[in-house]
Amino acid sequence: MKYVDEYRDPKIALAVAGEIRRKVTRPWVLMEVCGGQTHTLMRYGIDELLPPDIEMVHGPGCPVCVTPLEMVDRAIRIASLPGVIFTSYGDMLRVPGSESDLFQAKAQGADVRVVYSPMDALKIARANPNRKVVFFGVGFETTAPANGMAVWRARCEGLTNFSMLVSHVLVPPAMRLILSSPANRVQGFIAPGHVCTVMGYREYEDLVAEFHVPMVVGGFEPLDLLESISMLVSQLEEGHAEVENQYARSVNSEGNLPAQNILREVFEVSDRQWRGIGPIAGSGYRLRDEYADFDAERVFDVGESHAAEPKECISALVLQGLKKPVDCPAFGKRCTPMTPLGAPMVSAEGACAAYYQYRRHATAIA
Amino acid sequence: MVCPAPLTQRDRIVLGHGSGGRLSAELLRDVFLPLFSNPVLDRMDDQAIVEIGGSRVAFTTDSFVVQPLFFPGGDIGSLAVHGTINDLAMGGARPLFLSAGFILEEGFSTEALRRIAASMAEAAAAAGVSIVTGDTKVVERGKGDGVFINTTGIGIVPEGVRLSASQARPGDRVILSGAIGDHGIAILAKREGLEFETEILSDSAALHELVERMLLAAPAGAVRCLRDPTRGGVSSALNEIALQSRVSIQIEESNIPVRDDVRGACELLGLDPLYVANEGKLLAIVAPEAADEIVAAMRLDPRGAEAAIIGSVGNESAGMVTMRTAFGSTRIVDMLAGEQLPRIC
Repeated sequence: MKYVDEYRDPKIALAVAGEIRRKVTRPWVLMEVCGGQTHTLMRYGIDELLPPDIEMVHGPGCPVCVTPLEMVDRAIRIASLPGVIFTSYGDMLRVPGSESDLFQAKAQGADVRVVYSPMDALKIARANPNRKVVFFGVGFETTAPANGMAVWRARCEGLTNFSMLVSHVLVPPAMRLILSSPANRVQGFIAPGHVCTVMGYREYEDLVAEFHVPMVVGGFEPLDLLESISMLVSQLEEGHAEVENQYARSVNSEGNLPAQNILREVFEVSDRQWRGIGPIAGSGYRLRDEYADFDAERVFDVGESHAAEPKECISALVLQGLKKPVDCPAFGKRCTPMTPLGAPMVSAEGACAAYYQYRRHATAIA
Repeated sequence: MVCPAPLTQRDRIVLGHGSGGRLSAELLRDVFLPLFSNPVLDRMDDQAIVEIGGSRVAFTTDSFVVQPLFFPGGDIGSLAVHGTINDLAMGGARPLFLSAGFILEEGFSTEALRRIAASMAEAAAAAGVSIVTGDTKVVERGKGDGVFINTTGIGIVPEGVRLSASQARPGDRVILSGAIGDHGIAILAKREGLEFETEILSDSAALHELVERMLLAAPAGAVRCLRDPTRGGVSSALNEIALQSRVSIQIEESNIPVRDDVRGACELLGLDPLYVANEGKLLAIVAPEAADEIVAAMRLDPRGAEAAIIGSVGNESAGMVTMRTAFGSTRIVDMLAGEQLPRIC
């Protein structure tokens, strides 16, 4: 299949892996930031092709995983209100809050619908003028423009029955947190290709200048990852640090300017809570005051909620690359995708779930 | 991809309980099996095989709730006939008779019902089975989804044929009859209004003639087990076999055929074809020495033209299905945890 097979060619993959092996002279710890990249590493077994000196640790870039428990609780409470149609991307429906999930709410009578785009939620709002339609706006900079566009369109059209529960988070502040930690082990980053498609990579140049770590903006196919790793190893072995763009078929330094315009129009940067990590200053978006009528948190009074993460969970360490999922005593035993204790086991793109789904055999045999 | 997994021990039924994956298995284990337990049911095959008057009779039932009712390559009527025939065929049975139960929603179009019934008649005639009894109920508007159909089927299992998901042995080969994912993607594409250059057709088809060819081509006992990978896809069917036979199964990614347009749709929607439903494909576990002959026989049938050996049965880590990727690494192929949902990025 065109545009897919050329990035999954096993022969080229083995050749690039060989190139990496020849270049490496000592151990390096690299992090792929995005959950989609973690998923590809595990699904294709890319890490098995790497020399033992290259250790991949897995970053916080799974938006489903880092959505705080309280936000899921709030979503369930709004969805359960009479007259509400609650719409969401499919994979948020199974994410457990502190007591329940949206699937359960649906089974108990809430009108919860899966949509593929926030524009579909708008369509539902137009077709149901007597109902209040809420869209769960989750994700990084990648999904934010489409969500922002939906809010902008709703205001242009004068829709009064549409709002968005916004839980948007931003990648660079989380990377800054990891790099600032005294315990940080990460020596090079594969930066998130889809986020950079929207935002460009200027922000990452600032991080490189500040922390002097190499970064490669990488794609999501097996060869994208291998090539990104190869580029990082070259920088590390040669002792320099800059932003390189492996994912040039999608990313340029400026990013998608119309998308950034809509972001600026609709959202402002705010502090956000990250599940498994905690609060990070300036790490998310909320709707600007001009769009308050479309902000589900301001439209519906669902009160405050505080939910504690299970103590046993080491997800904060996993999401910052300080521990591997298999280092956790609960992994695969008390914590599985069916009964997740913490964020990275919640979504398929979380590091723990990826290990569970694709690598359990290795730990079972070991 | 399998997305965030559900909370277990639910006090309400959720959609995932009907997905054919792990939640469906839990529902059976926790609710039905303890109450209904008996030696025939406990075999947990797609059909019950009981002895009546010296004949071995295969007996099965299936309900159809598909939306949309009409989809590229079939409709709820032909699907209801093929699905039950296939459940009989997976026991090696020659299907003979079907029943048809209809739950109709008040206000449903009689013309649409006539089209569905005509499609059932045609599918039954083509397969050489008769619909010999039936039932009709009507529920109030809003209490159904147009039409639900239940079909029950009986057939006769030929002398010497004993197939069961508990019979896979280390060394056996795994055969797949053709490209996977067509039905699930045809339905999803229609439901979501996705358009492709060429329309993706459901693979809905009756498989008993293909099974007959396989059984004729192989020495007695060489075909151990047959499964049609419907809801939950190839992954769930293989996991069930691995669990019931207490063996491991390893498949080769590069041997599993997936049509390009189906792959494209899966890429777009973030789905794994291994978890997508099929309605005209089968998986067979066969003795290694008979595998090539069986594949050759299957390829003579249009429904098995792309049949291939996709893996083998082993004895390490019982109950586990793994796949060797095109890169030579190995990964787990898990049972579907809930409903397969599209990812957000």
